[in-house]
Amino acid sequence: MTVLNSESMELRSSEDIVMVRQAVRRKAVALGFGLVDQTKVVTASSELARNTIDYGGGGTVQLEVVENDRRSGLRLVFEDRGPGIPDIELALKDGYTTGHGMGLGLGGAKRLSHEFEVLSKPGEGTRISMLRWR
Amino acid sequence: MERIPILKMGEFLLVTIQVDMHDRLALTLQDDLTSQIVKNKAKGVLIDISTLEMVDSFIGRMLGSIAGMARLLDAETVVVGMQPSVAITLVELGLSMQGIRTALDVEKGMAALTAAVTRAREAADDGIEL
Repeated sequence: MTVLNSESMELRSSEDIVMVRQAVRRKAVALGFGLVDQTKVVTASSELARNTIDYGGGGTVQLEVVENDRRSGLRLVFEDRGPGIPDIELALKDGYTTGHGMGLGLGGAKRLSHEFEVLSKPGEGTRISMLRWR
Repeated sequence: MERIPILKMGEFLLVTIQVDMHDRLALTLQDDLTSQIVKNKAKGVLIDISTLEMVDSFIGRMLGSIAGMARLLDAETVVVGMQPSVAITLVELGLSMQGIRTALDVEKGMAALTAAVTRAREAADDGIEL
């Protein structure tokens, strides 16, 4: 897989979530995503950006346009230096939350992605990578 | 401070969400709506989301909270105009918006509100507990 271009954004406040949604929408449109696919990747980015802020204490997101020999896609990598996720399996379950949300963010974002990976070390931070192919 | 306008039309309140809402703006709308329901003795709330290109779990939860709070304040809520792509995404996200009355457009939403309020009045006149 080749990364064609990459852009990094800060995630500190709820306004930053809106900025990420808009940047993801622009990239998905430029890649030729259909409206439903655009909506799915934008919604997933919103869930993950909020998680980074609410649970990770803020961080960054890397927006990458990628391609392999068959197709192109959008990969989003969210990173924070927060407390980490002690039990990733549990965190992916619908309805599980340590905050005051509905516990749909992580599992929901995974369902809206084609590839999804969570790396987390308690005390060191979390790195979530999601990819949606065109 | 940035706010989403709330219009009063008879005994109903109308809200058209036209911006990509950040979380605090969504919470402000929730607070404003509940106080306006009481202030205007409103019987119904219509929320038009036809220009919203995305509803995530936060906004979905906010819409559910508004409907729940409005019900406790004796007002019905109808969410109208959801785009098909938003509906598809919401279900895949895991949010089925149960307990939220929806309608395809503002006209149908107003008709649903009017019917609900009329039913409630008739039931009250007949002395039936709803």
